Amino acid sequence: MYWNKEEIDDIIEARGNNQSSIISILQDIQEKYRYLPVEILEYVSKKMDLSPAKIFGVATFYENFSLEPKGKYIIKICDGTACHVKKSIPVLEALRKELNLSEKKHTTDDLLFTIETVSCLGACGLAPVITINDEVHGKMTPDKAVDIIKGLKEGTGNGN
Amino acid sequence: MKGTMIIDGRKVEFDNEKNVLEVVRKAGIELPTFCYHSELSLYGACRMCIVEDKNGKIFASCSTLPKDGMEIKTHSPRLKKYRRNILELLLANHDRDCTTCEKTGNCTLQELAARFGITKVRFGELVDRLPIDTSSLGIVRNPNKCILCGDCVRMCSEVQGVGALTFAYRGSRMRITTAFDRQIGEVNCIDCGQCRAICPTGAIAIKNENCKFWELIHDENKRVVVQIAPAVRVALGEEFGYEPGEVTIGKIVAALKMLGVDEVYDTAFGADMTVIAEGQEFVERLNTGENLPLFTSCCPGWVKFAENRFPELLDNISSCKSPQQMFGSVIKEYYKEKDKNDGKETVVISIMPCTAKKAEAAREEFVHNGVRDVDLVITTQELALLIKEAGIKFEELEDESFDMPFGLVSGSGVIFGSSGGVAEAVVTSLLEKKPDNISKELMFKDVRGLANTKEATYQVGDRQVKVAVVHGLKNAENLINKIKSGEKEYHIVEVMACPGGCIAGGGQPVPVTGDVRQKRSLGLYRLDRSSQIKSSEQNPLIKSLFEGMLKDNHEILHVHRKEKADIE
Ligand code: SF4
Ligand code: SF4
Ligand code: FES
Repeated sequence: MYWNKEEIDDIIEARGNNQSSIISILQDIQEKYRYLPVEILEYVSKKMDLSPAKIFGVATFYENFSLEPKGKYIIKICDGTACHVKKSIPVLEALRKELNLSEKKHTTDDLLFTIETVSCLGACGLAPVITINDEVHGKMTPDKAVDIIKGLKEGTGNGN
Repeated sequence: MKGTMIIDGRKVEFDNEKNVLEVVRKAGIELPTFCYHSELSLYGACRMCIVEDKNGKIFASCSTLPKDGMEIKTHSPRLKKYRRNILELLLANHDRDCTTCEKTGNCTLQELAARFGITKVRFGELVDRLPIDTSSLGIVRNPNKCILCGDCVRMCSEVQGVGALTFAYRGSRMRITTAFDRQIGEVNCIDCGQCRAICPTGAIAIKNENCKFWELIHDENKRVVVQIAPAVRVALGEEFGYEPGEVTIGKIVAALKMLGVDEVYDTAFGADMTVIAEGQEFVERLNTGENLPLFTSCCPGWVKFAENRFPELLDNISSCKSPQQMFGSVIKEYYKEKDKNDGKETVVISIMPCTAKKAEAAREEFVHNGVRDVDLVITTQELALLIKEAGIKFEELEDESFDMPFGLVSGSGVIFGSSGGVAEAVVTSLLEKKPDNISKELMFKDVRGLANTKEATYQVGDRQVKVAVVHGLKNAENLINKIKSGEKEYHIVEVMACPGGCIAGGGQPVPVTGDVRQKRSLGLYRLDRSSQIKSSEQNPLIKSLFEGMLKDNHEILHVHRKEKADIE
C-alpha cells in the first residue's frame, strides 16, 4: 500500500499532536485512504507517543472506521425495519451474488465494491433503500440493484 | 474531608478516605469489587460495589465521595438482587471449566459466586469460544474467562507505561486484546505478568511449565541444579497459610529435595557476583565519565522496555548479566568437568518470582549451541503447585540448608529482591568502611521502602555518588524523561519493572496489596540484618571464584546485547 509520511504528518499537525485529537486524525486518514491501514496507524502511534493498542481500541470502537481496505464504491444496504419488510434481504443477496461477496467477505478483490448493511438510513419512505457512495437509490429490487452495479462496472453509471 | 456517615445503621467516621467504598471497608464490611484497585484509576464498570442511599438511589461506592451525614445500606434486598444478577450475567458469558482452571480456589468470580449463593446459572454456555493465546513465554491469555473489568488494561498502561492491552470493539463484541488483535507474544508486552497478578479471574495466567520440571526430574541422565531467587522465600509461604514476609527458605529447600532436585543453590549468590561485576563497571564509568548514569540490568522486564522505548539508552544499561543468567552460566561452567566424568548432563532450573525471567532465559544471548544457561524457569506460584501436587506437607517440613559451594551468600545479595536493594548492595560494596546494622538502616532509608521514585547521595571515596531508584515502568519513564531533559542527574539508576521490586513480581502469590509488598520487603531486610556476611565482596566464595574461574572469563558475567540498529 502506498502512503506518504508527510501527508500523515500534515494531518497530525493540522489536528494537533495530542491524545484528544485522535478521532479526528483517524477520520482524516480514513477519508484519504478509504480505510485505516495498519502501517499508518503504527506510524501515528510512534509519532503521537500513544500505544498502538490504544489506537486500535479507538479504531475498532467506532463503526465508521474500517481497518480493511474498502472498494471505490461503497454500497450500503438498509436493513432497518421498513426496508427489511419491503424485502431488502433479496437485494443484498443478489448484490452479493453478482459481486462474489459473502457475509464474511465485504470487498471485491479488485477493490471496486464494498457491501455493508446498515440499520436505518432514515429514508423509510423509499424502502427498500441502498446508497452508493452516499447517493440514495430508493425502491430497490434485486434486478434494479444488479443493473446499477453492472452499469458502474462498465463505467457508464454515475455512482460518483 | 472529615465527617460521619451512617452505614447499615451504624455511625462511621471518615477522614480522607478517597471514596465511599473505602469508608465501608474501614467499617469492617467487605464490599465485593472487581474493578477497584487503589493504585489504579477509577473505572467504575463492574457495579459490584453498589450501595443504596436513604432515598433508594443505588450508586457505585468506589466512584462516590463520602459526604458528612450520608446514610447508606450495603446489603439491602435490592442490592443483593442486583449483585446476583450481575454475577449471573458474568457467569453466563464465562468459560466455566473451573476444575481445570489455574485460578481455581483463588478466583474472585468463583469466590463471589459462592458468597452470593449462586448455585446455578440460568443461561446456557458460551458457544463461540475465542482462541487461547499461548504466544507469550510468560503468560497465557484465555479471553473466554475475561469479565471485562479492565484491571489489566489499566495496570499495563498506568503502572507499567507499556499499553500492550486495550479494550476493542463494542457492545457484545467488546473484548480485551492487543494492537490489531496480534498475539501477545508479538507486541510490546514485556512479560512482567502484572496483568496476571491483578486479573480477578483465570483470563490471564502464568505460563505453567511444571510438566517440563517433572520431565527433567525424571530423566536419569540429568543432574538437576536449582537456584532460588531471594523474593521467593518471603512469599511462597502464603500459599501454605504463612504471613506475607515470613521466611520459609529452609522448608523450600527441603521441599525441592523431596521433589527430586539434586542440588539447591541461592540466586543471592548470583546477585553477589552481579554486585562485584556491576560495581567494577560503575567505577570504570565513573572514572571515564562515559555512559552515565549506569542503569541496572537485573530486571528483564525493564531491559525489554528500554529496548522498545529507549533504545538510545542501551549503552547506559549495565553490561552485566542478571543474577539468574550469571549464575546459570557459572553453574554450567562449574559442572562441566563433573558432567564429563559421570556422564550426566547438568540442567539449571531457577525458581523465580517473575514471569519475565521465563522470557529472559530464552533470549538468544543466553543460548549457546542450542543449550540455555538456564534451562527452565518456574515461578513461585508454579512451585507451590508442584509441592501440592506431590502431596508434600509444607508446614511439617524440617528446615534444610542450601547446598555448597553456592549456598553461602551475603545479605546484600538477598535484598536484591526488593526495590532499592540493588542500589544499596552496589553502594555498600564500594564503601571502604562498611556500616553496621544500625547505621546501614539510617544510611539507606531513602532508597528503601515503597515510594515511587527514591533518591540519595553517597560519599564513595572522594566522589559524591547520586543514586535514583524507581519501580513500576511508568515511574521509570517519567524519571528517564527528566534525566533526558537535564532536570535530573544521577550516577546510578536502579530500575525494577514491578511495583515494589521482585517481591511483587508477576509470578508471586496473589493478591498483592501495598501491605503485602511492605511485609515481603521487610522480610528480606530482616534476613540481611541477621546475615553474617554483609557485603558481596566479603563473601569468601565470591572472592575465590573471581580469582579463579572468572578471572579471565569476562564472557560468563557480561552480555552482548544486540546492537540498537538490530532491535528496531
Ligand atoms: S505482562 Fe506486563 S507488559 Fe505484558 S500485557 Fe501484562 S502488564 Fe502488560
Ligand atoms: S483479562 Fe482479567 S483483568 Fe483483564 S479485563 Fe479480563 S477479567 Fe479483567
Ligand atoms: S468496584 Fe466499583 S464499579 Fe467496580
